[in-house]
Amino acid sequence: MSTETLEQPIKKDSEALFSKRRKRIVSDPLNDDNPITVQVLGICSALAITIKMEPTLIMSIAVIFVIVFSNLIISLLRNLIPGRVRIIVQLAVVATLVTLVSEILKAYNYEMYKVLGAFVGLIITNCIVMGRLEAFAMGNKPYDSVLDGLGSGLGYSWIILAVAFFRELFGSGSLFDVKIYDWIASMTGFQLQTNGMMVDSIGAFMVLGIIIWVQRSKTGYVEH
Amino acid sequence: MDLINLAIRSIFVENMIFAYFLGMCSFLAVSKKVSTAIGLGAAVIFVLTITVPVNWLLQELVLKEGALSWASASLADVNLEFLQFIMFIAVIAAMVQLVEMIIEKFSPSLYGSLGIFLPLIAVNCAILGSSLFMVQRDYTLTEATVFGFGSGIGWMLAIVALAAIREKLKYSNVPDGLKGLGITMLITGLMGIAFKSFIGIAI
Repeated sequence: MSTETLEQPIKKDSEALFSKRRKRIVSDPLNDDNPITVQVLGICSALAITIKMEPTLIMSIAVIFVIVFSNLIISLLRNLIPGRVRIIVQLAVVATLVTLVSEILKAYNYEMYKVLGAFVGLIITNCIVMGRLEAFAMGNKPYDSVLDGLGSGLGYSWIILAVAFFRELFGSGSLFDVKIYDWIASMTGFQLQTNGMMVDSIGAFMVLGIIIWVQRSKTGYVEH
Repeated sequence: MDLINLAIRSIFVENMIFAYFLGMCSFLAVSKKVSTAIGLGAAVIFVLTITVPVNWLLQELVLKEGALSWASASLADVNLEFLQFIMFIAVIAAMVQLVEMIIEKFSPSLYGSLGIFLPLIAVNCAILGSSLFMVQRDYTLTEATVFGFGSGIGWMLAIVALAAIREKLKYSNVPDGLKGLGITMLITGLMGIAFKSFIGIAI
């Protein structure tokens, strides 16, 4: 009992590490304020690399890393950056982080680096990253900015993983390169046909359109 | 002949939007009216035609392994390729700034109509993407210029077509959840099928 009363005055000024407000910063972008399906940001890379689950997972991790750290760095520098050149400063920070990701990928997973190709570099122009820097990190404390970056990164990740799930399952009949269709065929003797449209860019537009439809019907969000 | 072939390929078959999904953000956000779509498309063509050759020169004369040997023999084995992203994006941002100032000086009316879209081009994935593809595919300087120009035309074609469809779509009865982004994605998919028919065309 006595320890509790002692701790009280020290903690009064600072907000709890996982207060309600901070939990909301992380959880809002997952559904209600999703960067892809509600804010329409970062669509380019979301569609290009979602043919298979594995590159999508690598891409999600790369994007989360870049968003979190660029948010942190810009938030730490926010009072030092002059307003007129802030876009260039933001681009420089993001480009540095993306170069880091690309070099790490080249060193440890060269196969994946070949598959993702130019799209790793295109994280620089991923609107989610720039959008969060501009809208949040420029005006908030570092810890909050990190949480915000984490939330947006996870919101982006689950959508592209969902798109990749359907595209790989229907387009290649596999998940993480495990042949699901062949397994079904060996169990039941019924060979399912893969759908070539899903491997193509068209499939990505269709799957994402339908995911948006389902999600918006559930949240009741209507665009005018 | 190869150049015409390359131009046609970059406009139709390997369309920036339908084949590589590049520049989707502004493609979806600025495609509500045909007139603004044309303005943005023209600006993208302009910036692409300039930045791709400039980045080609940068890549060949500065960044590539051994590229600096023209400056001095001692620099022959320097490889600055890890600086590629930063240099390319810096060139693009600078070019966009330059184009903005030139247009403002010589054609205030065009500047007025493009206004807000010009700075947006700096973060259009299609611009950076073209430069990165140009490096991957080992184009020559002329090929790079044609490729940049063709990609720009293809991008403009796509955004103007989508804007025209969306203007008509305003009068349709779309389900609530599908309004806006959802139906736009489905339409883009259908347009992608149409563009697929250009596959295999070679002159």
